[in-house]
Amino acid sequence: MSEISLGTSIAGVPEAAPRQPPALTTGPVAWLRANLFSSWLNTALTLVLGYLIVRYAISFVDWAFVNAIWSVENNQTQACRALKASATPGACWAVVTEKHRFILFGTYPYEEHWRPALVCVLFTALYAVSAMRRFWRKELALIWIATLVVIGILMWGGILGLSYVPQERWGGLPITLILATFGLAFAFPLSILVALGRRSSMPAVRVLCVAYVELIRGVPLISLLFMASVMFPLFLPEGINIDKLLRAQVAITLFAGAYLAEVVRGGLQALPKGQYEAADALGLSYWYKTGFIILPQALRLVIPPLVNTFIGFFKDTSLVLIIGIFDLLTAGKTAVVEPAWQGFGVEVYLAISVIYFCYCFAMSRYSQNLEAELNRHRRR
Amino acid sequence: MSQTTIDPRHLRPPPKRQIRLSWADERVRAIVWQVLIVGAVIGIVWWLVRNTQHNLEVRRIATGFGFLQREAGLPIGEHLIEYTPASTYLRALTVGVLNTLKVAVIGIVLATILGTLIGIARLSKNWLLSKIAAVYVEVIRDIPLLLQLLFWYTMLQGLPAPRQALNPVSGVFLSNRGLRLPFLDWQEAHSWALLAFVAGCFATWLTAKALRRKQMEDGRPRPLWPAAIGFIIGLPLLVWLAGGAPTAIDWPALRGFNFQGGFTISPEYFALLIGLTTYTAGFIAEIVRAGILAVAQGQWEAAQALGLRPGVVLRQVVLPQALRVIVPPMTSQYLNLTKNSSLAVAIGYQDIVSIANTTLNQTGQAIEGIAIIMAVYLTISLSISFFMNWYNNRIALVER
Repeated sequence: MSEISLGTSIAGVPEAAPRQPPALTTGPVAWLRANLFSSWLNTALTLVLGYLIVRYAISFVDWAFVNAIWSVENNQTQACRALKASATPGACWAVVTEKHRFILFGTYPYEEHWRPALVCVLFTALYAVSAMRRFWRKELALIWIATLVVIGILMWGGILGLSYVPQERWGGLPITLILATFGLAFAFPLSILVALGRRSSMPAVRVLCVAYVELIRGVPLISLLFMASVMFPLFLPEGINIDKLLRAQVAITLFAGAYLAEVVRGGLQALPKGQYEAADALGLSYWYKTGFIILPQALRLVIPPLVNTFIGFFKDTSLVLIIGIFDLLTAGKTAVVEPAWQGFGVEVYLAISVIYFCYCFAMSRYSQNLEAELNRHRRR
Repeated sequence: MSQTTIDPRHLRPPPKRQIRLSWADERVRAIVWQVLIVGAVIGIVWWLVRNTQHNLEVRRIATGFGFLQREAGLPIGEHLIEYTPASTYLRALTVGVLNTLKVAVIGIVLATILGTLIGIARLSKNWLLSKIAAVYVEVIRDIPLLLQLLFWYTMLQGLPAPRQALNPVSGVFLSNRGLRLPFLDWQEAHSWALLAFVAGCFATWLTAKALRRKQMEDGRPRPLWPAAIGFIIGLPLLVWLAGGAPTAIDWPALRGFNFQGGFTISPEYFALLIGLTTYTAGFIAEIVRAGILAVAQGQWEAAQALGLRPGVVLRQVVLPQALRVIVPPMTSQYLNLTKNSSLAVAIGYQDIVSIANTTLNQTGQAIEGIAIIMAVYLTISLSISFFMNWYNNRIALVER
């Protein structure tokens, strides 16, 4: 029975024609076929894009490296200007070589530049240490305090044989890092309080927190910076004058606090209600419940969006340019004001972009990795 | 026996908790805390107001908005409404608000288009295209907007002078004085045609609604395009022809050291628009990508299995679901773009912040100036979020 049916089925199959071997599915050729030349349209697109990339990459390399001038003597920029007007234009990196100390450290005394340089290294190390999960313990707060004290000593000086440098002379990258770091250090606790207040059962507290968050988020940071620079002096009693940098710092902190509060609130809302109820059922007080049950879990949920907010906030510190505080961007803009170097802004801005990009890209990569790591248990 | 038994608990009123005047009572604690906090806030505000009043007296600054009626005497390069330096501050600030809206509205439209294209490009099967889009997004999002604006402005200023202006297409000139485009010599007929176009769009919308209603009745789809072409293209065309069909075009031409005629886009506005558009497009691209990825693959497959054509699948199945994910974050990007347009002050485009800042420097009315800036942005922000919330509710999932 089965033999017969087997025989008929074989007989039913027509003689198989000699077939081509199956197309490659691995290896570079297959990769190219799948990703670049899968259809006529894709092939055309690849060729057009490839042509454009090669063409512009060549002219960029020509401009940035081949024809570029890397240094000039005694601010003699005629060569640069001639190059700019010529048929084969090139970058004048001499402006960056010449002014890099000024762009990085502003008007800080020249022979003391190792101090702000060390400060930048310390800040970067502080970020790196805070990013590592094995350092996420209570001791981290101590590390922060210790580092910030050391940074203060280095910047101001006046003790340990370091000469005193008044705050007006600080500038460049340290100012950017100071604004970002201190802003963050104060805004984060503020944001947690505000986020808790916004979910509080007390109507008056809730209204105040909502008003604060919505008011700050509804206006641009510039208006807050203007407020800090022209209105804060009116708010304070006569004779009390706070420094401009501190005023800008307050404005940035208030601004960041509102945005971070919304992120933290997202974490508080995402936490299952059972956690709140379980803590209540154990008879914990509000602060025990919040400190030991809710916040550790809620904050962990929102670390990636928090890092993204930090990135935005790091970039936003550049806005202090508008009220004339000497951060990295202001220093760069000032460097090309000098008549000899006028017209070379593009090179300076590119150089500064690279610095900002390094910090922000590192943070954004870190946040993506962290997100993947924290979500690993969910994917199973 | 079969009577429904009534749960005795329902007959009893819920127990009334009496307020004990004790720290152990949660409600008493809540009241005390709130009184304390509100009191502290009022105290701080009162202290600030008193300081301010005192300081203003010492500095002899009169408060109030009376200065708005005074002559401004500040020159404004770009104005959508009639303005001279002899106009009042109120007029100057109105010009500023209109300038802000001009850059914000056009920026939002352009950023949405560019961002959507880049977001789709990032999902492309073509490796090269998706990598280019990815690099664009990474780079543009990790550099401060202000730096980008300064960069674009410097680039535009580095362009040749009008005499050596770049001339990519006949009639279009790009120089360090901005972009000059040929433009219609504006006649009354054009205004009427524009009005007819708006009316045509409205009529098309009404027709679409009516057709949809009829389709609901008998289930037969009816084509919209004949009515749409008639209303949107035919009607303005008729009005234009009736107005004498003026076709004169104002071509820019070099006279002396600058161009005359045509339509000008100033370098400040151009730099601000490029900067805002490219920056916000980087964020919008990510939102669009996330929105499209959020639609489950099964939805595509199910729609194809029903035999729907690819265009219909995209329009009727995928897009409505993706939009639900896209719209809320898109709202905040639109708000960000509007607020970021305030950076105009750094490159000299005269938006509301720039003009209010000049006003407060000239008059010394710091509080009023900043209050005006904040009020304007709060109004714009609230309007955008109101509109987007309305739109979001319209497209939200209708749950039964």
